[in-house]
Amino acid sequence: MNLGSATYVRRHLTDRVVRSLCVLGTIVALVPLFSVLWYVLVRGIGGINLDFFTELPKPVGESGGGMGNAVLGTLKLVGLAGLFGIPPGVLAGIYLAEFGHSKFARAVRFAADVMSGVPSITVGLFVYSLVVVTTKHFSALAGGFALAILMLPMVTRTTEELLKLVPESLREAALGLGVPKWRATLRIMLRTALPGIAVGIMLSVARVAGETAPLLFTAFNNRFWSTGVNEPTASLSVNIYTNAVSPYEDWHRQAWAAALVLLMTVLVLNVSARFLVRTRVRAR
Amino acid sequence: MNMDLSTSLAKKSAQKKTAEGEPPTAENQAPQAQAKPAEMGAAQAPSPEVTSRPRWDEVSVSQITPKMRADDLHASFGKSEVIKGISLPIAEKLVTAIIGPSGCGKSTFIRCLNRMHEVVSGATAKGRVFLDKQDIYARDVDPVRVRGRVGMVFQKPNPFPTMSIRDNVLAGLRLNGIRPKDPDGQVERALRQVALWDEVKDRLAMAGTGLSGGQQQRLCIARALALEPEVLLMDEPCSALDPIATARVEELIHELREQYTIVIVTHNMQQAARVANFTAFFYLGQLIEYNRTQVIFTRPKEQRTEDYITGRFG
Repeated sequence: MNLGSATYVRRHLTDRVVRSLCVLGTIVALVPLFSVLWYVLVRGIGGINLDFFTELPKPVGESGGGMGNAVLGTLKLVGLAGLFGIPPGVLAGIYLAEFGHSKFARAVRFAADVMSGVPSITVGLFVYSLVVVTTKHFSALAGGFALAILMLPMVTRTTEELLKLVPESLREAALGLGVPKWRATLRIMLRTALPGIAVGIMLSVARVAGETAPLLFTAFNNRFWSTGVNEPTASLSVNIYTNAVSPYEDWHRQAWAAALVLLMTVLVLNVSARFLVRTRVRAR
Repeated sequence: MNMDLSTSLAKKSAQKKTAEGEPPTAENQAPQAQAKPAEMGAAQAPSPEVTSRPRWDEVSVSQITPKMRADDLHASFGKSEVIKGISLPIAEKLVTAIIGPSGCGKSTFIRCLNRMHEVVSGATAKGRVFLDKQDIYARDVDPVRVRGRVGMVFQKPNPFPTMSIRDNVLAGLRLNGIRPKDPDGQVERALRQVALWDEVKDRLAMAGTGLSGGQQQRLCIARALALEPEVLLMDEPCSALDPIATARVEELIHELREQYTIVIVTHNMQQAARVANFTAFFYLGQLIEYNRTQVIFTRPKEQRTEDYITGRFG
């Protein structure tokens, strides 16, 4: 008896073809990703040394020097962004999760979603006209503010979503113990969602750490160490841009090194965030 | 029946016995020797343990010393009314079971007893519920403080996942801003009360969510007891537990009624028969019958109660 059939053969063939197409698509998608990683690594690794992190850029013509000011500047900008962006973002997220049914809350949620799609250069322009024009100078403060605006919708929405994931039964448990609602929210709901929220915050930090456009005319740049937060500040991302468009070979090398440092920072933040999530799931 | 109770209930039952000669009282106080054997014979129900309080099992509903009392209580979710005017006294330091088919308002009713009902958005309650002599629905009453005196155990065990076993027991105190004077002692006492101490004493620092379902539920009871409430409400506390864990919780209820007034909602009629002194039968948001458990299960007055108990509906 013949168990084979034409339909079966045809199905088998279709399966093969479609599957190969999917694999091909995946490879096409991965090629640019890995070539960027590889290329940045190859070109940047040569410029990485202790001087890069501790020295100021040397004047044109002199070789050596580093980007210590930009490394510090990026840390400072991201720190300020976190300071401005995380507290209101988390509070807004709590508001949306706890009182999310009002018209106002729906409007806030919609605004947050729209805001997360706004081009970052627009945010830079906004902060320029709001802060830089009024204070009449570029500053780390303005740059941090611009990055904070970019972080805000991300932090708000992750906080909201993660709070909503906390089972309602925990709130009831707390309220049933005679705990006031605000305290139940903070000490039970927020506390339970905290690891997830921390991951969300890390991812949003990683996202803004590499932003260039909003810094171009807010934090601007600085060839020297900047003290305090009220003066123009160098950042890795802006320095990559300015060095890359310069005609000097040595500056290009520094730009590649800066790109590698930035890429690694973002990568480490992303990977550790994912790792945090995974260990948390496993602990359950 | 309940309406004329409301005025006299606040008094002690002792006073009541002498003061009034209501028919049910007279009937029940009459020859005890007669009543008891007849009842036991008819019941075949598991005879409730003898408690230190004499003859609680002979107290009729009209003689209850109420710890709490609902008076014409209505409760709704949005526009649909789920409790349609229930009046019910809850006996002090005894166990009251509430039975009835799904959706009859049992859970809603006990959630009204510590003002947890209104926590759900759209839920409202109307009427009066007395705790001792105070109406907990009075305007100046803080629901948060009511919940401190009337504790609750929920259907699904819900220990706090971020806390250890020890911290779960102390959670009620700490979350209320009370610094426990003798935390270790309090933890041990609460865990012993729920017979969990021996099982967990070596791993108090471990997560409460790592325990088995039955252990988690006892942990939640310990957490509620650590606040030393006067009344303990239990909303189907065994519905998520296996028979062995259920038996442990039931034993626990037997022990706890020495100190606490307990109200338990249950789907399981055998459970009501095993643990409760009084049983109320609810149907479609109304109180159909309320009496001593033995009476409810052996000679209910209402046809609907009998139909439900014998499994004809529900």
